[in-house]
Order: sequence, then structure tokens, then C-alpha cells
Amino acid sequence: MTSLDTTAVVTENAPRKRHRTIRIRGRRAGFWVYGALVVVLIGSVFPFYWSFLIGSGDASTINDPNMSWWPGGNFLDNAAAVVSDPAVNFWRALWNSIYSSALIAASVVVFSTLAGWAFAKLKFRGSGPLLVFVVATMAVPMQLGVVPLYILFADLGWTGSIGAIIVPALVTAFGVFWMTQYLRQSVPDELIEAARVDGASSFRTFLTVGVVAARPAAAMLGLFTFVTAWNNFFWPFIVLDRQNPTLPVALSLLQSNYFVDYSVVLAGVLLSTIPLLILFIFTGKQLVSGIMAGAVKG
Amino acid sequence: MTATETRSPASPKTPPPPKDRPVRVLSFSQRLNKWDLKFSPYLYISPFFILFAIVGLFPIAFTAVISFQDWDLVRNEGEFIGFEQYIWILNNPQFWTALRNTFSIFLLSSVPQLIAAIFIAALLDRNIRAKTFWRMSVLIPFVMAPVAVALIFSNMFGDNHGLVNNVLDNWFGITIPWHKDPFWSHVAIATMVNFRWTGYNTLILLAAMQAIPRDYYEAATVDGAGAFRQFFSITVPSLKATLIFVIITSTIGGLQIFDEPRMYDNTGAGGPAQQWLTITLFLYNIGWREWNFGRAAALAWILFLIILVIGLINLMVTRTLVRDEGRRSPKPLKKGRAS
Repeated sequence: MTSLDTTAVVTENAPRKRHRTIRIRGRRAGFWVYGALVVVLIGSVFPFYWSFLIGSGDASTINDPNMSWWPGGNFLDNAAAVVSDPAVNFWRALWNSIYSSALIAASVVVFSTLAGWAFAKLKFRGSGPLLVFVVATMAVPMQLGVVPLYILFADLGWTGSIGAIIVPALVTAFGVFWMTQYLRQSVPDELIEAARVDGASSFRTFLTVGVVAARPAAAMLGLFTFVTAWNNFFWPFIVLDRQNPTLPVALSLLQSNYFVDYSVVLAGVLLSTIPLLILFIFTGKQLVSGIMAGAVKG
Repeated sequence: MTATETRSPASPKTPPPPKDRPVRVLSFSQRLNKWDLKFSPYLYISPFFILFAIVGLFPIAFTAVISFQDWDLVRNEGEFIGFEQYIWILNNPQFWTALRNTFSIFLLSSVPQLIAAIFIAALLDRNIRAKTFWRMSVLIPFVMAPVAVALIFSNMFGDNHGLVNNVLDNWFGITIPWHKDPFWSHVAIATMVNFRWTGYNTLILLAAMQAIPRDYYEAATVDGAGAFRQFFSITVPSLKATLIFVIITSTIGGLQIFDEPRMYDNTGAGGPAQQWLTITLFLYNIGWREWNFGRAAALAWILFLIILVIGLINLMVTRTLVRDEGRRSPKPLKKGRAS
């Protein structure tokens, strides 16, 4: 916990120090630095290109040792094969992924901001031990709860329904910890006292001071939770069935259906990744700065 | 004010006179305010704790109960059988194979990944143009689902016509049994993990690097140290605490690996000879292929204990190393002398 604390605090000051550096070591990075970065960039992007390359060919491409490095013309056909496959339920999976991830992200942000505000700025009996408890649960693996959760949802008749993946994800310890850290640093206590002197109720203070201050951190948490929920596989794979999958579950079905025709499989991979790539293009900057500010893995 | 004046003399014997109406209203709103301050924090944290109790705490406790039972799926209840299932798992050679595979994949993914992440972070820490562009570029793989990554890479690592073997064959005249041989299958799976997580760890380490006081580098430059010397003598030692944090989090994640080995071939069983069977994959197979919930629950607890033990070892290492660092500053030294 202390190590998390220091990283978060330290990073807050980082940009200022960075500016000083530029003045001290004004020397621009050399050519080899850019060369190395380009290599890294190619490493990041190549698998996407590869899936497009295979996804735009046909079943014979993959067996051809002298295959072309230029994409073929079959991507739309392969994509259509994925989308129209009744065993995969692609549109259903896409819709399920979108709305479950959005709902989970919204819920985590709301509840984490509430709890984070209480832990960061309000005095109450037991707040210290309770926060330690929240942080400690972050080390508990998901696997420890899956058997009873499955039994519980089977009892409720929820197995196969998307609710079974939404409900367990509505709150996260990481979210509470993240908001607590952020609000502790970013809201001066005087501001809360001033609101109180003005006669604002506790909830009003939360809305006018807390929520406003929490917005950048909430955006980051929402984004991060959305990506995590979208990519989650283990629990959805257990509890959902073929008729009502999320995208990763649909992808796993795609592989067991088309174990030979990788061009269809990889077209499906690319199709399922495009929504998140678009999201990343618009919000990547914020995600990057958020990860750097928190230095906490969720 | 008036309330206290009128009440305090009367309070020991007679109840307070209920005449003074405006004062009572004032005290009521004050009391409301007090309640507000006292109870609203609990109100704010309660959604988290109520939900968490239902979907987090209850299952954990119940897993412990089920692990001692022979669970009947039809009647949906169990019969107490003691440690039998723990013994079954510990005597099962598949468990030990899975444990070995999990550690092997974990080491093959975390060690090269951290080394690569430090070097890439050092590149990004230099005075480069278009910082945001480069930072975003290393994070792109992070938005791809592990299942998608696994599908792409298991295609590239195909034994007969995979990209990697084609290239190796053309250039060096060798091919590698990526699926048959346990070690090479671990390398392939570790590559998927590395692809997805290196950029993420790079950004965490970059954040820590930017907090290193630049005076150190200035002094080193004056002393004539080159970029590499500065990297190994200043940057790496200063990252210790963050490095250990990254190691702990990747340990917790690495020991739970499931998606990549599950998708490495189309049967998802962990290989014909359990070459890449991991603990969580084993848990899935016991629970949802053989439908034995009692054994799956026992295995879940064993996994948790393994993570706990590794976590405690990490914590101990962290403490020694952090103390090591502290010796440079005078404060901890004084404390040490006093005690």
C-alpha cells in the first residue's frame, strides 16, 4: 500500500520536473532512439496487420509458405461469414459487449466515487481498517469465487443471461482505491469546510465539490473498467452459453467451429477489436496519462 | 445558546420544558446536520460493501465450505468429506504439471517483459518529439482482448505453416515444435502475454522514471558518464520500489493465466499431454468439464494459498529492498539506532 501511495504522489509532480529537464538537457534524442521506437511500434501493430493479412485471404493463403505481404481481397467475404454464422451470434455478442461493458463502467464509476469520497474526505469510525480491507481484497483471485457464484446464478436461473456477468462486476476494490487516492490529493479540506459553513448538506457537498473534482479520475476509471470488462473472458466463458455470448466468448466459438479456416477466424478477431481500437484512438491519450498517474494495475 | 442556558440548570431533575418552539426547531436541524455528518459516510460506502458482500465475500467463504464437500449437482447440496478433495488434487500428477507450466509461463513472460519495459521506458523518457504518439503506440496491444491475441499468435506459431516457422525455415533452415514441446509452447504463450502487457508496464515504469531528480543525471554528465552508464547506475536503482510493485501485480495476474492457454489450440484442454495446462485451466476442466465442483473449489483455495505465499515472499523482498534504499537518507538510519 505504501509503495502505491508513493508512486501516485510522486507522479503528480512529474510533469513539472520534466519541464526543468528539458532546460537542463536540451539535447534532442538521437536518430537511434527513433529507430528503436519505430521497431517497438511495428511490434505493437504487426499482429493487427497480420490478422488483416490472413483475414483478407482465403483458406489456402495460410498454407502457402510464399504468401504475399499484401492483403488479399476477401476480407469482406470473411467478415460476412463471421457475421452471418448462426453458431457465433456476432451481432448479439457485439451488442452484449457494448451494453454490459458500458453498464459495468458506469456503475463502477458511481459507486467508487461515492465510496472514494467517503474514504478520502469524510471522518468516520472504522474508515482506516475498512480501506485496508478493500485494498487487501484486490489480491484475491477471481477463481476463488467462481464455483459458488456459478451455483448462485444457476439457482437464480441466470446462467446464460448477460446479467450474470454484469452483477458481479458492478463494484471493484480497485475503483474505490483509485478514487480514494485521487480525491485525497486533489480536494483541499478547506473547500469542504467552506461548503459546510455555507450550509450545504453532506450530499450536496459531495455533488458540488467531490463529483466536480473527481471528473478526470472518473473518466480514466470508466475507460479502464470498460476495456477490462470488454476483454474479460474467464467468467463469461463459464456462465454464458452459445446463444447469448460476449465478443471474446463468440471468438472462442469461432475457433472451435472453423479450426481450419483461419482466414475467417482472424477476420472475426479484427472485427471484434475494431470497436475498441476506435475508442482507443479517441481516448488513448487520457488512458495513457491515467495509467501513468496511477501506476496501479487493475 | 438560549437552549443551553435554560436547560442546564433544570436538566438534573426535571425534564426540559417543551415550550420554546423556535429553539427546538433550530436544535432539530442541527441534530439533522449532525446525523448527516455521522451517517452519510456509511451511506456512501454501503453500496460497495453490500454488493461486495454478495458477489465477493460470500462466494469466497462458500468456496471454502464446498471444498470440504462432495457436491451433488442434481440436488444442489453437498456432503461433508473433509480434506479428501485436497488430497485428491495434491496426489494428481496433472496438478503438478499444471503448477510447473504456470510457473514456467509466468517466468517466461514476466522476466523478458520487464526488461523490455524498462528499456522502452528509458527510450520514452528521453527528450523525444511527439511524446503522446509514442506513448499511445506502446499501449495499443493493451486494448486487444487476450482471446483475440491468443488467436492471432497461435496462428503465427503454427507447427506446420505458421509465420514464425516459415521465417525460421527460410532463414535458418529450422522449425520449432511450438505445440508439441512443453517448453516451446510456454514460450509461445508467454509471447502473447508479453505482447499485451509490455506497453502497460512501460508506462508505469516511465512514470517512476520521470520522478527521478534530473540533478543526478546532470552530475553524472559532468562526471563524464555516458547514457548507458547513467541508465544502469541511476535509472535502474531508482526504480526498485516501482519494479517490485510491478512484479507483485504481474505475479498475481500471471499465476491466474487462463485465456491464452485455453485458446492456444481448438480443443482448449491444455494440450494432448498437458504441455500447456495451467492451474486455472485445470480448475475449469475439473469444474465445468468433469462437473466436480468440490474438487474445483479445493483447487481454487490451493491456488489462492499459492498466490498468498508468493505474495508474502514478494512483500518480504520488498521490505528489505525498500529499507536498503532508505539507508541513503538520514531519517531511517536515526530510527534504526534508536530502537
